[in-house]
Amino acid sequence: MSGAPDGEVRLPASLRGVEPVQSVRTPIRLEYDYRPSASAESYLRAYADKRIIGHRSPVDGAVFIPPRGVDPRHGVAISEEVDLPDTGHVGNFCVTHLPIPGRKGLEVPYVSAWIHLDGAAVGFLGLVRGCPTDEVRIGMRVRAVWKPDDELGTTAENILHWEPTGEPDVPLERAGNRSFHASQPDAGGDTGGEADA
Amino acid sequence: MREVAVVATALHQVPALTDTTEVQLMVPLINAARAAVGLTQADIGFTCSGSSDFLAGQAFSFVQTLDAVGAFPPICESHVEMDGAFALYEAWVKLQIGEVDTALVFSYGKSSPGSLRDVLALQLDPYFLAPLWPPADAVAALQARLLLESGLVGAQELAEIAVRSQRNAVGNPNAVRSSSKVTVADVMAEAPVADPLRPSDLAAESDGGCAVVLAAGDRARELCGRPAWIRGIGHRIDAHGLGTRDLTRAPSAELATSVAVAAAGLTVDSLDLAELHSPTTSQEAILVRELGLDGSTEVNPSGGALAANTMMAAGLVRIAEAADRIIDGGADRALAHATSGPCLQQNLVCVMAGG
Amino acid sequence: MTVAKQRTAVLGVGQTKYQSTRGDVSMAGLVREAALRALADAGMEWADVDAVVIGKAPDFFEGVMMPELYLADALGCVGKPVLRVHTAGSVGGSTALVAASLIQGGIHRRVLTLGFEKQSESNATWALSLPQPFSVSINAGAGGYFSPIIRQYMARSGAPELIGCMVAFKDRQHALRNPYAHLRQHDLTFDQVVEAPMLWDPIRYSETCPSSDGACAMVLGDEVSGDAATGPVAWVHGTAMRSEANNFPGRDEVNPQASRDCAADVFRQAGISDPRAEIDVVEMYVPFSWYEPMWLESIGFAERDAGWRMVEEGATHLDGGDLPVNCSGGVLSSNPIGASGMIRFAEAALQVRGMAGDHQVDGARRAFGHAYGGGAQYFAMWVVGAEKP
Repeated sequence: MSGAPDGEVRLPASLRGVEPVQSVRTPIRLEYDYRPSASAESYLRAYADKRIIGHRSPVDGAVFIPPRGVDPRHGVAISEEVDLPDTGHVGNFCVTHLPIPGRKGLEVPYVSAWIHLDGAAVGFLGLVRGCPTDEVRIGMRVRAVWKPDDELGTTAENILHWEPTGEPDVPLERAGNRSFHASQPDAGGDTGGEADA
Repeated sequence: MREVAVVATALHQVPALTDTTEVQLMVPLINAARAAVGLTQADIGFTCSGSSDFLAGQAFSFVQTLDAVGAFPPICESHVEMDGAFALYEAWVKLQIGEVDTALVFSYGKSSPGSLRDVLALQLDPYFLAPLWPPADAVAALQARLLLESGLVGAQELAEIAVRSQRNAVGNPNAVRSSSKVTVADVMAEAPVADPLRPSDLAAESDGGCAVVLAAGDRARELCGRPAWIRGIGHRIDAHGLGTRDLTRAPSAELATSVAVAAAGLTVDSLDLAELHSPTTSQEAILVRELGLDGSTEVNPSGGALAANTMMAAGLVRIAEAADRIIDGGADRALAHATSGPCLQQNLVCVMAGG
Repeated sequence: MTVAKQRTAVLGVGQTKYQSTRGDVSMAGLVREAALRALADAGMEWADVDAVVIGKAPDFFEGVMMPELYLADALGCVGKPVLRVHTAGSVGGSTALVAASLIQGGIHRRVLTLGFEKQSESNATWALSLPQPFSVSINAGAGGYFSPIIRQYMARSGAPELIGCMVAFKDRQHALRNPYAHLRQHDLTFDQVVEAPMLWDPIRYSETCPSSDGACAMVLGDEVSGDAATGPVAWVHGTAMRSEANNFPGRDEVNPQASRDCAADVFRQAGISDPRAEIDVVEMYVPFSWYEPMWLESIGFAERDAGWRMVEEGATHLDGGDLPVNCSGGVLSSNPIGASGMIRFAEAALQVRGMAGDHQVDGARRAFGHAYGGGAQYFAMWVVGAEKP
């Protein structure tokens, strides 16, 4: 084949009239053998005991979950582990009407939510069940529903989902990513968001 | 051109990172490079990194690594899906514009969870070559055979390159293969893995990362007693099709060298040392010829990429190793080289000087 | 020694037709089509190009690692410098900015820059759903990530529920005037947009972007090249990039500081103090309809919580709006991910060159190009104008 300046492709005589090859299928398979990092290993092992571990920043005390060993705002390493309760609130959520590729047993629609555990500075993802999807709210209080004890493994999937506790909601202005700064003594000075908008 | 220098470096390479993620690897390195010249991220004008999703086995993998920088308040930042040497080039360009005076460059690779020789097959033409899945060492062996059979280089010479790398790497904490005792006869006695390439002809794979701080003009002089001034930097690419190239040559390496050396106002024979990113001994032999290194220049005093080849970082590591020799006063003029793609397809050359 | 920032101009633009599958061309054929059109528009040959800057989204989308290596032959790169940029969804914009920096820094005189995606070559859902070892996978696609942020915007701004549908309907109407657009739904009605199934509540199917094959290229040149051009060129008045971390305490996901900082920087460079009055046309990255009012506020075209009013009043419509947004149909009508940001930048340039055809804004003198990526954390923006700055 030769490309003409106008971008049109002209076939040599021997290929004219032949059915063009428009696609080739070349399956790709690559295997990766992951090892958990030391911090991920602690996190996963704790799940087997129905414990949730976070990392406390040495800079401002903010607790991160999952514990990735770094405070992303300050770019410093974190090694201090703290136990977090299995209660918190819905910081934000999505009602999804599409199945997840490769995940079985999940009926649509389902609610995925940023769960902000009490004492954590950021949210992490979880499913919310135990109430109609149109009753899920930003600020709704929730607690973890764990697998039966004899099915626990070293996996975040030990938490089946989160269900409403029935406690009063966290107000919108203190829900989600606002919760950490709202709990600080000099709240509002450094949120980078609402304060100067 | 505006004067720009490497003022600080930090690097770490090991055979396999088992306890740390990429972001955990980079946190101490980035902090060490900045702290070496008393800077925090707030003092950095531009940040640029290099990495590969195919190594991480995850799309958008670099997004998590941004956490290592401390990117809030927001930073002026970019990323290349290339070796960190090209991220350094982008940062050097940014400094040329004259609006910022400092830059942070970093890159990393953790290839140990996968099979690098198979992953690299996916760099090849997706319709005609990649479906055949030739491992990277087999592709390099095609080139090595052409080199040997054309009589340009002898098998003995390749073994000598391997030995020099392993001996130079002794004492380098970031080398993963070194030996003070290995001989040419030892290497020649190894069974080939991709004939004619033997284990010692292939770079030792490593996991690791590298961080570099650049500064311009007087800012560089304030930050560092003896900055490694980038006097010339250039990069070029050759054709991809292995059948369309003379594999015994790397014209883009020669071209990149002539660009960098001319900008530096130097000649190659005036260089004290050259750090070459050669994934195989045969490729190092080609590079020595293309760059015109005549024996008066010390090649790969660190052991080079043969002693530790961190995919996506090995080129930036070469720049850091060469710059360190200038910063510590051990050399006046140095060349660093980075490569990418099969059989030395793409090449970058950076010429640095102390004075 | 100080170096003056060199003036930069867009000399040529080339786009492919955007559609779900370009089965008639290889990846190389696709990028070459856009590049040849950009060169022709600039009145240049391959030999006139000093360097090439390529951008695209994750390599897994085509299953080729660092495909710029393979594309070097098709793009006339042999013997030239090539850079490959990847900054998530903003990559098309960032790529253009890296290319511009090569001219602004005085390194090169003429640079070809190109963004592409050929999603039909692989399976993007697979590429984005590779199992992550240490987390639970419950977010089905990008919509699952952005839907909560949109919900938060709706809650705090008090926007009426159908604002997103209005944006989607407007962009699909605009797309009918762009021959390159992927979605060209001639008979689409507003009611159909509203009645489309909910995917990620509050995001309807009709409010999401398609998945496209396509490439977009630009030829950028220095001041001498811009002055010498026989046809109209677009002069670059400002360029800015910003990034921030993905998840940290106090982060404002609805209106990220990186977005606000980036906009402030680019307008400062362009000498613009009242963006709504001084910009004539906007091409912004809106993969989900609600991002139009959100970005209008964040960038400074509207007051906080008032972006939706511009949508409601029709201010962003090509017909009769004072600030037309996404006259090309936007990302909602064509989305070859790695090119989507560059299309925004290129369409902005076409507008100030007066070459946008049926979707031209009459008398456009200054245009704004915008892209974002990641978890709304990577931003690239430029301002281009008909006059030399």
